[in-house]
Amino acid sequence: MSLLSLRGLRTSIGQYAVLHDVSIEVPEGGVFVLLGRNGAGKTTTLRSVMGLWSPSPASVFFRGRDLSGMHTADIARLGIAFVPENMGIFGGLSVAENMVLATRTGQFDKSRLAYVQALFPALEKFWDSRAGSLSGGQKQMLAVARAIIEPRELILVDEPTKGLAPAIVDAMADAFAEIGQNTTILLVEQNFQFARRLGRDMAVIDDGRIVHAGSMAEFAANADLQDRLLGLAV
Amino acid sequence: MIGLIGKLGGVNLLPVAVMLVGLVLIGAPSSWVTLTVAGLAMGMMVFLMASGLSLVFGLMDVLNFGHSAFVSFGAFVAASVLAGLSGWLSAPSVLLNVAALALALIAALAFGLAAGLFFERVIIKPVYKDHLRQILITMGALIVSEQIILALWGGTPITVHRPAFLEGAWIIGDVSIEIYRGFAFALGLIVFAALYVMLNRTRLGLLIRAGVENREMVEALGFRIDRLFVGVFMLGSALAALGGAMWAGYQTLITPALGGEMMIVVFIVVIIGGLGSIEGTLLGALMVGLISNYVGFLAPKLALASNMILMMAILMWRPSGLRPAVK
Repeated sequence: MSLLSLRGLRTSIGQYAVLHDVSIEVPEGGVFVLLGRNGAGKTTTLRSVMGLWSPSPASVFFRGRDLSGMHTADIARLGIAFVPENMGIFGGLSVAENMVLATRTGQFDKSRLAYVQALFPALEKFWDSRAGSLSGGQKQMLAVARAIIEPRELILVDEPTKGLAPAIVDAMADAFAEIGQNTTILLVEQNFQFARRLGRDMAVIDDGRIVHAGSMAEFAANADLQDRLLGLAV
Repeated sequence: MIGLIGKLGGVNLLPVAVMLVGLVLIGAPSSWVTLTVAGLAMGMMVFLMASGLSLVFGLMDVLNFGHSAFVSFGAFVAASVLAGLSGWLSAPSVLLNVAALALALIAALAFGLAAGLFFERVIIKPVYKDHLRQILITMGALIVSEQIILALWGGTPITVHRPAFLEGAWIIGDVSIEIYRGFAFALGLIVFAALYVMLNRTRLGLLIRAGVENREMVEALGFRIDRLFVGVFMLGSALAALGGAMWAGYQTLITPALGGEMMIVVFIVVIIGGLGSIEGTLLGALMVGLISNYVGFLAPKLALASNMILMMAILMWRPSGLRPAVK
């Protein structure tokens, strides 16, 4: 059974239908990449899973449980973390406060904290700094660190490389590769080089519909398909 | 110079600057001290009324024009309790005086909590995320509340009795300081300190501060912000009622129009301070209190306009207010 199943997901924002028919099966473990052009519906898909936009009934299943109609907080408590495109950092709070908010009890598990700080060493240095004063890359690290400060079953990550320097993108890829060994990641990305480095399975969304799904290895080897679906050919 | 001001406290120094300008313009130190104490006391009472509104707007984007109904009801409930305990108020026993005052304030707080719960569930909840309907419905609720007060207490102004131990003034040289004003300032300071500690030293406060910044992300971390909001709304309503109760004792004569009159001042304070910020609300309230008293003394005809001018000046300088919560 898939960890996450989207079955004919439709989502409207106000009077505008954004997702028309999104069906994907995200297996447990590793990184599943959702690719697509700007405005294709990638972010709306993640937000629909989190309940931030209302998905159509019986269209989002997590471990077989229907999430549609559930409150966002209750979805998060099932073990689903969300790293939004804008990172969702609380700029007025310290790095430590941002992190502690993501714990259920308000207390850190020391070994887990050590693991997260080893993945993102910069965070320890800025532990007591106001999160709003961090650089873009550091904020992204904080957003991801917050998502994994406690074990989660699924992490939804929306364009984590957007606007980041190449060196930070490399570091982020290493971190996701490590995280993906123990946690399932549904990654939305436009940076194909980053995505192909991490993804095991993938799907392409266009105009609110899934137009291709398969393995990343096959997709990466098919330049014609990339050109047709993403306009990536040189 | 700007760096030095920033290190000394930045905008936190504004009330001090207002006091210094007031001293220069007023000239006579004894008048200045009396007016300053009156301004600080008024500021603290307005802070009590406004702090909840600021958090409610910051946390849930709810524009509650009915907030000052809690101020009115707090004033009338406290006045009724004090009238019922008039024997205790005038008794020579300070203990009985304090008990009467405490019961009046507790009654106002309890009313505020209960009315806040009712108001949030019945009036606010159906209009989340719809500012126009919020404005119309909450303004309607304010008018209805005035009519309810009119029906229950009548239209004649009600005299509010103060406990004997808060009557009179401290005379220091040629300076006279009303005891009640000192008490109001102290109570406001205690409430501010308690709110500050709650917001900055507890997990609940951390959630509120985070919710003010990014409500959606707090929910994505697994917290029901709507439930948190009910608690904040009740707290804000209770504080407004407490502020109304203190204001009743300050004015000693109250009318059903009290809520409508205070609504403008409360909104000015929240806008000056910056939405969602307790520190900003305190700054705004102190400045409004001080300037109202100074202008009332120096140019009484401008007294009503002074708060509006202050708000316009602050907004031209800092469009988001003095100390807004980060959005």
